[in-house]
Amino acid sequence: MPDVLEVRWHGRGGQGAKTAAVLFADIAISTGRFVQAFPQYGPERMGAPVVAYNRVSSTPIRLHTPIERPDYVLILDPKFIGKRNLTAGLSPRGTVMVNTPRRPAEMRQALNLPGATTVCCLDASRIAEDTIGRNIPNVPMVAALVKILQLVTLEDLKDFVREQLEKKFRGQPDLVKGNLEAVDRAYREVERG
Amino acid sequence: MTKTEELTAQGSGTGRSERVFNTSSGWKEFPPGGVIRGGANSHHFKTGEWRTYRPRHIEENCIHCLLCWIYCPDLAIVARDGKMLGFDYEHCKGCGICAEECPTKDKAIEMVAEPEEESGI
Amino acid sequence: MGSEVLAQKETRYRALSGNEAAAQAMRQIEPVVVAAYPITPQTEIVQLFSNFVSDGLVRTEFVPVESEHSALSAVVGAASSGVRAMTATSSNGLALMFEILNIASGLRLPIVMTVVNRALSAPINIHCDHGDTMGVRDAGWIQLYAENAQETYDNLIQAVRIAEHPAVRLPVMVAVDGFIVSHGIENVEMLDDQTVKTFIGTFQPDFSLLDPDHIVTIGPLVLQDSYFEIKRLQVEAVEAAYQVITEVGLDFEKVSGRCYQLVEEYRMEEAETAVVALGSTAGNFKEVVDQFQARGVPVGLLKLRVFRPFPAEQVRRALARCRAVAVMDRAHSLSGQGGPLFTEVKAALQGTGFPAGSMVNYVYGLGGREITLEMAQRVVEDLQKLAKGSEGDQVLPVNYLGLRE
Repeated sequence: MPDVLEVRWHGRGGQGAKTAAVLFADIAISTGRFVQAFPQYGPERMGAPVVAYNRVSSTPIRLHTPIERPDYVLILDPKFIGKRNLTAGLSPRGTVMVNTPRRPAEMRQALNLPGATTVCCLDASRIAEDTIGRNIPNVPMVAALVKILQLVTLEDLKDFVREQLEKKFRGQPDLVKGNLEAVDRAYREVERG
Repeated sequence: MTKTEELTAQGSGTGRSERVFNTSSGWKEFPPGGVIRGGANSHHFKTGEWRTYRPRHIEENCIHCLLCWIYCPDLAIVARDGKMLGFDYEHCKGCGICAEECPTKDKAIEMVAEPEEESGI
Repeated sequence: MGSEVLAQKETRYRALSGNEAAAQAMRQIEPVVVAAYPITPQTEIVQLFSNFVSDGLVRTEFVPVESEHSALSAVVGAASSGVRAMTATSSNGLALMFEILNIASGLRLPIVMTVVNRALSAPINIHCDHGDTMGVRDAGWIQLYAENAQETYDNLIQAVRIAEHPAVRLPVMVAVDGFIVSHGIENVEMLDDQTVKTFIGTFQPDFSLLDPDHIVTIGPLVLQDSYFEIKRLQVEAVEAAYQVITEVGLDFEKVSGRCYQLVEEYRMEEAETAVVALGSTAGNFKEVVDQFQARGVPVGLLKLRVFRPFPAEQVRRALARCRAVAVMDRAHSLSGQGGPLFTEVKAALQGTGFPAGSMVNYVYGLGGREITLEMAQRVVEDLQKLAKGSEGDQVLPVNYLGLRE
């Protein structure tokens, strides 16, 4: 985990890109770091492209500028590939994580990424369908990012997610359980290439 | 304090203004926000000079029904112990409602032109 | 920090958006009345606060109204009855309040309002600029500008004390950059509820319309003979605010450890050039100042936390040693003279011998146009040219940063 980390999330309205950025910020802040989570605002429509950002730092964050050179790019919907410039500004030594059933080597080719770039794949939609019954891939993607960054241990992450979701989904224990299972699977299944 | 001022102040149990300021006061004497403290201060505003006709009380016709006291919009009828005593000319605007409402056949109130020399204030 | 897995540790921070921070401050202040009308990007404040009301976390009377004009009118009514009353708005909502803004300040009511800055129509736009609060800068309200979510929270709590101080008794608006701060999630350290309650104390109103034993008349007709005197009296309150804001800031530091003054001088000790800014952009310039100082360029930042009353004395003192100054305006006053902050800084430096040509204005960020680090760096580079005064390196008095030509 570097001292300063800048992350960009690409998703669609309804996939929870903004929620992912917020959840990631919540986890990072629990480790004593300084965080920012902010979406790029526009008209909010189900299905429309959504971009959200995170800054994480070991020192207080003073910047209120857009993130132009992210270290990590997370793609919640692989259908954007080839249609939008998803890796704009990404450092060649950066990391791309894609929600896809395919392998990192294929994604590297599809996104035309240099060898120095780390490519991670996770079938987050499959996991979401299996665990919460809906294609909302944000929680598994956050869990995979936390694992790749080694931000917190799986146990700590699950404790944290449980605590957050129990507040948010009061009276829906199945949803909490499903999401925790999603975290578990994402942590195990994310493939780094 | 004149007799009429004393009488008008009796209408309210709220006490007088804590401080009197007027159009000759300097800015430091004004209350913040122009908030006027204390009620029953409208007697400071002498509306009597608006008058061009003034009511005159004709005592021998008066039955002390006090309809004039009820109708007067400026509390300018001076009454005590159920008796109509006269007018508060500092505040009477000369509207003539009292004369209009006076029920006696021979009116106990009539409006007369305001004298030029002596305004009554 | 290495790549090792860090154990979770206790943090004193919470991840809150600027709007959440404002709503939490309002919860802790627990005004007797809140009347508000939702408008983007302030909506979340009203929504969260009404949740606090329905969840029984506050005993506040929440008045949903049909417009911002009504919202502030209801708050004026509540404050006139001698209780704490708050509201929040943005942009066109603030513009609709204009009549009542002047009534609140003219009646000397200590109302506190969050204004989430948003560009005024037309064209319609929901994003940040300071056109709204700058448009009401002479409405008699104290204006505090927050750099981030933490300052939003801290300024709101201090605003209560400032507004209610017997020497001031003026309404205070806390300006927060729309979306950039209002919707961005950041570290915020909250005080505990009791600390806030103790800090703000009990409101001691000057009068109450609901007290039959101490009758008052408010809002009497005051014509040519006395209006001027009452307005002059209001100037005294504005003058008193300088000291009160400073004192409240010192008191706040005792309970929070965070220091607040009229202005924040960032690395100004040796600065020969300076950027003047307010709101979230100040943080960007702190970053850029560090970059340039690391290269030996003596540039500093003067952040204005308070715009009304204008801290002219502090501005003069801070800029006295500078040879060139860039003033950042996130609003255009369409005056032909540059932005409102620029004209105020110029007026403050009038008579100090500061050469007028060494002061330049950058209008930026209108309608939410982003300000990037490169843009901020360009401003500092321009300043160095200006300070050298070399021929051919002229900088226009008024510049538009981030505008497509």
